[in-house]
Amino acid sequence: MDIVNTSGEHPPPSRQPAVTRPGDRVFLGLSRGSGILLLVIMAAIAVFLTVRAIHAISLDHSNFFTTFEWNASLTPPSFGIAVLAYGTVVSSLIAMIIAVPVSVGIALFITHYAPRRLASPLAYLVDLLAAVPSIVYGLWGGLYLVPHLQGLNLWLNEYLSWTGIFHKSDPSSAARSLFTVGILLAIMIVPIITNVSREVFRQVPRAHEEAALALGATRWEVVRMSVLPFARSGIISASMLGLGRALGETMAVATVLSASPVLSLRLLDPVGGTFAQNIAAKFAEADNFGRDALIASGLVLFVITLLVNGAARLIIARRKEYSGANA
Amino acid sequence: MSDVAYQDAPATAPSQSPLAHRRIPRWAPAGFAVAAVALGCGIGAGAGLASRLQWGLISLLLFIGLTYAITAGVEGRRQAKDRVATSLVWACFVVAVVPLYSLLQTTISKGVKVLDGNFLSHSMGGVITTQPGGGVYHAIIGTLEQVGLASLIAVPVGLLTAIYLVEYGRGKLAKVVTFFVDVMTGVPSIVAGLFILAFWIIILGFGYSGFAGALALAILMMPVVVRSTEEMLKLVPNELREASLALGVPKWRTILKVVLPTSIGGILTGVMLAVARIAGETAPVLLLVFGNQLINNNPFSGAQSSLPYYVYEQYTNGNDASFDRAWAAALVLIAFVMILNLVARGIARWKAPKTGR
Repeated sequence: MDIVNTSGEHPPPSRQPAVTRPGDRVFLGLSRGSGILLLVIMAAIAVFLTVRAIHAISLDHSNFFTTFEWNASLTPPSFGIAVLAYGTVVSSLIAMIIAVPVSVGIALFITHYAPRRLASPLAYLVDLLAAVPSIVYGLWGGLYLVPHLQGLNLWLNEYLSWTGIFHKSDPSSAARSLFTVGILLAIMIVPIITNVSREVFRQVPRAHEEAALALGATRWEVVRMSVLPFARSGIISASMLGLGRALGETMAVATVLSASPVLSLRLLDPVGGTFAQNIAAKFAEADNFGRDALIASGLVLFVITLLVNGAARLIIARRKEYSGANA
Repeated sequence: MSDVAYQDAPATAPSQSPLAHRRIPRWAPAGFAVAAVALGCGIGAGAGLASRLQWGLISLLLFIGLTYAITAGVEGRRQAKDRVATSLVWACFVVAVVPLYSLLQTTISKGVKVLDGNFLSHSMGGVITTQPGGGVYHAIIGTLEQVGLASLIAVPVGLLTAIYLVEYGRGKLAKVVTFFVDVMTGVPSIVAGLFILAFWIIILGFGYSGFAGALALAILMMPVVVRSTEEMLKLVPNELREASLALGVPKWRTILKVVLPTSIGGILTGVMLAVARIAGETAPVLLLVFGNQLINNNPFSGAQSSLPYYVYEQYTNGNDASFDRAWAAALVLIAFVMILNLVARGIARWKAPKTGR
């Protein structure tokens, strides 16, 4: 109080221009430079991939987008991404259909259903599982999951083969199909989607839930009427982050799928391929031109994941602006 | 909704207040569960279903059906729905735990078979792939060097970017950087690998080396470091900055001497988690480091191996001796990542930023 009074008696000191010290300028330059470096790297990824890709596509003798086979070493080279794009989208879709409901369930379990003493170790466990390297999932998928899913495959083939998509052309073939890949990808992205959704569920204003409870709602009604509507956009963006991960996953697909350039609607047939898997599989024997061709397919993958992730981030950003959670 | 509850309450229990409904006893869910599992096993055994998973699924469906039917009869449809939702949420949890448990259990039980001192201290030099023997020493060296180099590049850039975003960033550039850091988090590892391939190997003409792999890993690591550091810097109370600035300390010294020490625990945690993430990346190593059976201590020239690459290589060999080595290497990799995670969490707990609130 004293200080305020005494300073009030004096005329306020005239405002001097802020002193900028050399240290400040260097530090600002360094930190801003790092930020710009990140932008430059992103731009460089796009530019370098595009340059090599244009080179490859211009020499491609068949249509890049509609050709099934990948024969970049032929003269003339002939390769296309139709099978890869289909396989990538289908396996990721299967993964999403399985993983999103389960992840939302687990996130709800951790935030609203689990006994309190169980909740935080569980959250911790999910965090740890998100850190398991994808090659370990791949190894487990290739050696353990594939034989163990054979029964499910045969069951689906027996009872649901009338749907067409669950018809298995050769029931004795191993379960190295897009369907198995989808299941493995689902297992891999569950921890990611769970982590993000959990954070969103935590931000639901306590007052919303208490208001619902005060009106006599059951716990499920609280979840359905106050938690889920609030968290909807958060769940969407969490799912899209998971989708981005599933689209670009390499090793888990490369170890499980028995790839071949066949575009089949039958999910249980061991055929197909994905962008990342094709790159990993074809890289070892690729010559200079073959590498450029693979880079071209990588560019397509890059653009797809860029769009998915960008959309997810925009949804998150909009939600931050309009929700009352941070107020 | 509440109509339903009010209609039957006076009719069934006229002496009670309308707020107190008939409830099924507390032990009932456990009873349903026991009944459902017994029935499920009975049906499974009776129909000759081999898979225990199918028994479990039948039991689960029976449990949900039983719960719904009985609760709907006694407590009303709203309560029944609530109970079904509860069991579904529990089921989600169990469904997710089963594969994850199986993953860890399989890796550990199969991994310990060949994991010993010999495995950790030898390379694959002179080992025939179909024979047992050999080890991961060269791969561990490769992983440590590549991850170390990647961290040397990514951590300073990531830290400075985060400092820029939190301490300086107003205006358009900061917004653009924030957005692209987010987008960069989602760049698939194989695309980062292809970029370095196009840039470093094809255009600049360098050969395959551990360093090329480290460059790709650094690209994957940067956004993770930026993100976590940003969150931690935001937790530092503004009062600390203002107090320091009010004493006439220049801004850069304020950041170095006040802001960073306050949040160093969280920043280290983030860095360790980022290291753990890139230590398991296989795809860039596959494209850029090329794999090696022998020990190569020099990350700047010649092909190297790395733990995740080693797992993949042994997997593709496709024989039992190689599979054993793959499991053991996977176990080493998981242990490495988990230890990094645990240490990170330990640091976070030990040096949790004091927000003063």
